[in-house]
Amino acid sequence: MLLDRFKNEVEAILSRYPVKRSALLPLLNLAQREEGFVSESAMKEIAKVLDLTPAQVFETVTFYTMFHLKPIGKFHLQVCKSLMCALVGSDEVVVWIQKKLGIAPGQTTADNLFTLSVVECLGSCGTGPMMQVNDDYYEQLSEEKVGRVLDDLKRDGTCSLKTGPFMYPQPLAK
Amino acid sequence: MATYEKILLKNMEQPGYTGSLADYEGTGGYRALRTVLRDMQPDQVIEVVKKSGLRGRGGAGFPTGVKWGFIPKNHPGPKYLCCNADESEPGTFKDRQLMERDPHQMLEGMAITCFAIGAQTAYIYIRGEFRLGAKILEQAIQEAYAAGYLGVNILGSGLTINIYVHLGAGAYICGEETALLESLEGKRGMPRFKPPFPATHGLYQNPTVVNNVETMANIPHIINRGGEWYASIGSPPKSCGTRVFCLSGHVKRPGNYETPMGITFRELIYDLGGGMRSDKPLKAFIPGGASAPFLTPDHLDVKMDFESVALAGSMLGSGGVTVMEEGTNMVWAALRLMEFFYHESCGKCTPCREGTSWLVQTLQRIWNKRGRPEDVGVLDELCGNIPGRTVCAFGDAAVSPIVSTLLHWRGEYEALIREAQETMPRNKEIPVFTS
Repeated sequence: MLLDRFKNEVEAILSRYPVKRSALLPLLNLAQREEGFVSESAMKEIAKVLDLTPAQVFETVTFYTMFHLKPIGKFHLQVCKSLMCALVGSDEVVVWIQKKLGIAPGQTTADNLFTLSVVECLGSCGTGPMMQVNDDYYEQLSEEKVGRVLDDLKRDGTCSLKTGPFMYPQPLAK
Repeated sequence: MATYEKILLKNMEQPGYTGSLADYEGTGGYRALRTVLRDMQPDQVIEVVKKSGLRGRGGAGFPTGVKWGFIPKNHPGPKYLCCNADESEPGTFKDRQLMERDPHQMLEGMAITCFAIGAQTAYIYIRGEFRLGAKILEQAIQEAYAAGYLGVNILGSGLTINIYVHLGAGAYICGEETALLESLEGKRGMPRFKPPFPATHGLYQNPTVVNNVETMANIPHIINRGGEWYASIGSPPKSCGTRVFCLSGHVKRPGNYETPMGITFRELIYDLGGGMRSDKPLKAFIPGGASAPFLTPDHLDVKMDFESVALAGSMLGSGGVTVMEEGTNMVWAALRLMEFFYHESCGKCTPCREGTSWLVQTLQRIWNKRGRPEDVGVLDELCGNIPGRTVCAFGDAAVSPIVSTLLHWRGEYEALIREAQETMPRNKEIPVFTS
C-alpha cells in the first residue's frame, strides 16, 4: 500500500487540519510524487484514510489540472502560452521542442522521457518565454537554451539552468 | 529619473541578502512582532492598520484593517488566517519574489495578523506550481518555530500561532477567496455565494481572514513605522503605500518594480522599464492583470492608484502591467486571454461556463478569417450577459479583454470579418462545428 510506506508523512499532513478532508490535496500530491500520476488504487486508499467515498476523491481530482490520471513521461514540459508569454515568443518555444523531440502538445516521446503540454499562466510573465519541467522553472528561453535543457535532462536527469529563488530585475551593482 | 524608497523589496535587494532568519533579523526583522506582543492590544493593531490605509494587494483592494475588524470578537470556536499565495493572475509575478526572496517578511506579517484577529492557525495557500516557493516557506517556517516566533507560547507571550503551507493543484479560480477556502477544505475549488462572508463563515464555517502575500508583507513595516507614516506614502487618502508592479510584454526591462502608488504608467513603462523593446511605439497596455480592461497610449499619464485607473475605465487590480507594441493584433490578444478564462472557468455558473466557451469559439472564428458579419454583435451580446450574473467576479473579469478591445479597436475585428467575407467562397454555407 502506497500510504503505508509514508506513514510519518501522512500523519504529519493529517495533523495540520482539524477536518480530515483538507488533507486531500496534500495526499494526492504525495501519491502523484511517488507514482508519477494519481492511480485508481491511490484514490481508493486516500478515500479510506480520509473517510470519503472514492467518488468524492475522484470528483476533486478531476477539477485540478495538475493531477494526472494516466502515467506521463519522466519530464513534464509545460510551456506557458498565456498572452504575456505569447507576446515574447512562447509559440516558438513549442515549435522548438516539437522540432527537437518530435512530439506535439499532449504527446509523449517513445522512450517515455518527455511529455509536452501547453499550459496557462505560471506566474513568470516578466521572464518569458518560459516552461516548467516537473518542479523547476526555466525562463527567458531561447532555442539554444531549450536545447541545452532537454539535453541535460536526458543525460543527467537535471539541469543547472533552472531558476533559483526569483528576483527580476536583479538589482544593479552599486 | 525619480528614485523611490522601497519598503518590501528593500532587504532582498541588498547584496548578499539570502532571506534567512539571521539575515531578516539583521535588518530589524521580527521587531514588529515583539512590539505587538509586548505593548499592544489586538484592537490597537487593527486601528494602526486601518489608519495606514492599507488595501488588499491581491486585486480587489479592500481595506485590510476593515476586513480584520469584521472578525467577531466573541466567536466561541477557532478563527483562521489564510494567506493567498495562489498568484495566478496573468501578468502578475510579485508574490513569487516576495515569498522566495524574503519569506520571513510575510511570515512576521501573518503572525501579527493572527494576533490581531485572534487566530491560532494560519494556512498559506500557495499555487501548486510554486514548488520552490513552498520549499523556501517551509524552511523559513521551521526557522521561525525554532526561534520561538511561531508555535506554542511565542516569545513567552502565552499565545499559540501555527502556520502551515498548503499546495494547490493548478486552478486559477482558487485565488478567489471563497474558492480558496473550498479548495483548502479538500473540495473542488468553486466559489461560494456571498453573503455570508468569510469574516463570519469562512474556513470550516469559522471566522476567517484571507489576505494576499504582499498585503501580509506590508504589516511589519506599518507596525514599526506607524499607520500615519504609511498613509503619507503614495496617493492618500485612498491609495496609500507602495505597490510592487509587475511589468511584462514588449518592454526593454520587464520585472518587478516597487514604487509609491500614484506614479504614472509612463514613468513605470518608460523610466523604470526602459521603454519599448523595439522601435515600434506602444499600442496598448493592460494596467492590472488579465482581468483589467485594456488601455491605450492616451492613458499613459494616468496615475497608478486605485481611483485614477478606475476613472480611466479599467482597474489597478493585481498590479500586473502588460505592454503591447504597434503591430500586435488586438483580436489575437483578446483571444489569448479569452482562452485563459475559458480554461479556468470553474463551471459553477452557466453564464460563465457556457459564455466563455462561446466567446472563444466566436473569437477563433474571427481570427481564423471565418468570421460572419453578425459576429461582432454576438460578442457584444455575450459580453453583456455574463457580468453580474455569476457567483464570483470571474464573469466580470472574463469579458473585459473583449469589451475593452471592442471599445478601442473595433475596426480590427471588422477588418478580419471583412477579409473573411471577401475570401470565402460566395453562396456557399461554411459549416461551423462546435464541440
